[in-house]
Amino acid sequence: MEWTFTDEQKMLKDMVKKFVDNEIRPVAEKIDKEKKIPRELINKMAELGFLGIAWPPEYGGSGMGETGYCIMQEEIGRGCASTATFIGAHQSIGSSGIYFFGTEEQKQKYLVPLAEGRKIGAYALTEPNAGSDAYNPQTTAEDKGDHYLVNGGKIFITNGSFADIFTTFVKTVGGPNDGKMSVLIVEKEFKGFKVGKIEEKMGIRGSETAELIFEDMKVPKENLLGREGRGLLVGMKVLNTGRLGLGAAALGAAKEALALSAAYSNERVQFGKKISQNQGVQWMLADMAVEIYNMESILYRTAWMYEQGMNITRESSIVKLYCSEALDRIVDKAMQIYGGYGFTCDFPIERMYRDSRINRIFEGTSEIQRMIIARDVLHAKNL
Amino acid sequence: MKIIVLLKRVPDTEAKILINQEGTGIREDGVKFVINPHDEYGIEEGLKLREKLADGSKVTVVCAGPEEATEAIRTALAMGADDAVHVCDPKLADPNPFTVSEVLAKAIQAEGFDVIFCGKQAIDDDLAQVQSILAEKLDIPQVNNATAFEMAADCRSAKLSRRIEGGDEKIETSMPAIISCDKGLNEPRYASLPGIMKAKKKEIRKKSLADLGIAEVPGTGRSRVLKWLPLPKGGECRIVAAEETVDAVRELARLLREEAKVI
Repeated sequence: MEWTFTDEQKMLKDMVKKFVDNEIRPVAEKIDKEKKIPRELINKMAELGFLGIAWPPEYGGSGMGETGYCIMQEEIGRGCASTATFIGAHQSIGSSGIYFFGTEEQKQKYLVPLAEGRKIGAYALTEPNAGSDAYNPQTTAEDKGDHYLVNGGKIFITNGSFADIFTTFVKTVGGPNDGKMSVLIVEKEFKGFKVGKIEEKMGIRGSETAELIFEDMKVPKENLLGREGRGLLVGMKVLNTGRLGLGAAALGAAKEALALSAAYSNERVQFGKKISQNQGVQWMLADMAVEIYNMESILYRTAWMYEQGMNITRESSIVKLYCSEALDRIVDKAMQIYGGYGFTCDFPIERMYRDSRINRIFEGTSEIQRMIIARDVLHAKNL
Repeated sequence: MKIIVLLKRVPDTEAKILINQEGTGIREDGVKFVINPHDEYGIEEGLKLREKLADGSKVTVVCAGPEEATEAIRTALAMGADDAVHVCDPKLADPNPFTVSEVLAKAIQAEGFDVIFCGKQAIDDDLAQVQSILAEKLDIPQVNNATAFEMAADCRSAKLSRRIEGGDEKIETSMPAIISCDKGLNEPRYASLPGIMKAKKKEIRKKSLADLGIAEVPGTGRSRVLKWLPLPKGGECRIVAAEETVDAVRELARLLREEAKVI
């Protein structure tokens, strides 16, 4: 057993850390306040290969795989949760369906510009009545011979307001797969595509969350992703890996919260001594460190398993569940250590506290993760 | 054109530096090492020049340093340098600037060169000697602390700026020359992710002193570090407080005169 990053992975980590220190952390507050990730930042990340890090070079990617993706998301998560969310929606769930299930033509047409960051991707699954019950969309795609006629809409779509290419889940109407779920690649340029309401949110405010409206939208037949009626397979495969990236960004935020808390507790003096000398504070710091070690261990172990070709359905749910819940406990402790100052907008803790909460909800709630884990436990021969 | 960029591996600027118990160096455990930040300006200038010439010119990194310096060299290759020469020899464990300059001069002569870029100094020992000794050994002009560089169209001279107190100094030098680079010259690029993947396939030519035809370690005895000592611990800080500021000042003056005996 060997438990180290490769030289390339170490170099990647150093490079992304430097980039985050110089280009992301200094603007994280602005991103939150202005509810927008600057286009120049997106362009810089695209030029450096961030937006296609996991995909092979022949599809415009950087060829660093899932572990490379997690290393990058961890570092970006340290600086800005909104930026990590943007990348996750673009690459991990917004492009991976095309990578896993796309035909060669679809990959050349869509994956290459996505990987190079010339186009932005998004994942359109959630609907008003299809949240946790995600694979029950009411958006319909009627078979019209050479195209599908799509009607309905999506909500809570990350990057929805400015993405170019959407992995979109629909219910097939008519034909042999009537009533079954399929996945279509939708371009924002398609007639009948419209962006609706942009949500005001508690956290990850820099990541734009939008409603999509499809009115008699024609989607060419060649934009069917995977087989008709087999959308569930696409959704599950995409989310399985997406959950790792989410865990990685949570790990980064947790490390940042601990570093800030340790530094602050060494500065803040009350009752004539540094608050870090109080055992009550020390225990909080210790508990944070323990949870971070757990997060890091399960995340990279699972990323490694995935790269060995092993099934990670249960493990990726464990990573998502544990990392999101641990982060919430960690930012809560950080807030407690910072006290009243942490509650003000002059310190980054309040933003991190707000940004953390969504992790227990999106890409499958904690409860859905427990259902997945329990289902696997109950059916597994080998526990 | 053969563009040489010099690189030194130094402790990260954020690293906490502790002297080892023997007083022979720093404790390296847990310390992260990086490319000397000033050398990054040199690498960037070399890459920019290559891109501007776009004539098949090559950027070669030259480094004299321990085995572990490979990591810093790879980072320079990931930024875009074409290849590297790494002089790595146990005999170079504790080199002085004469030693390093002699070794670098031999390595650079073996490579051939049209221009050499390096940082204005290394941030670890701050000696800033190598570029000058090297210029002497190679018998070429040197321009130190450059903040602007422009190669002439015929590549036989270059115009440079140096920041001086209250202004800029404009300089013209013939080529080849060695240019030490200062902050403000350029913004060093990040190693791109495809660059990182390509870096492992680029050639690093490892050379021992024998490979460079050096029998005896040059410059030994010209200068050497006797001992490294930690800074003396700072004294206790006392705050003189009183109801009225004027009383506090009076007390402070008394303490400075009677206890500290400095006034």
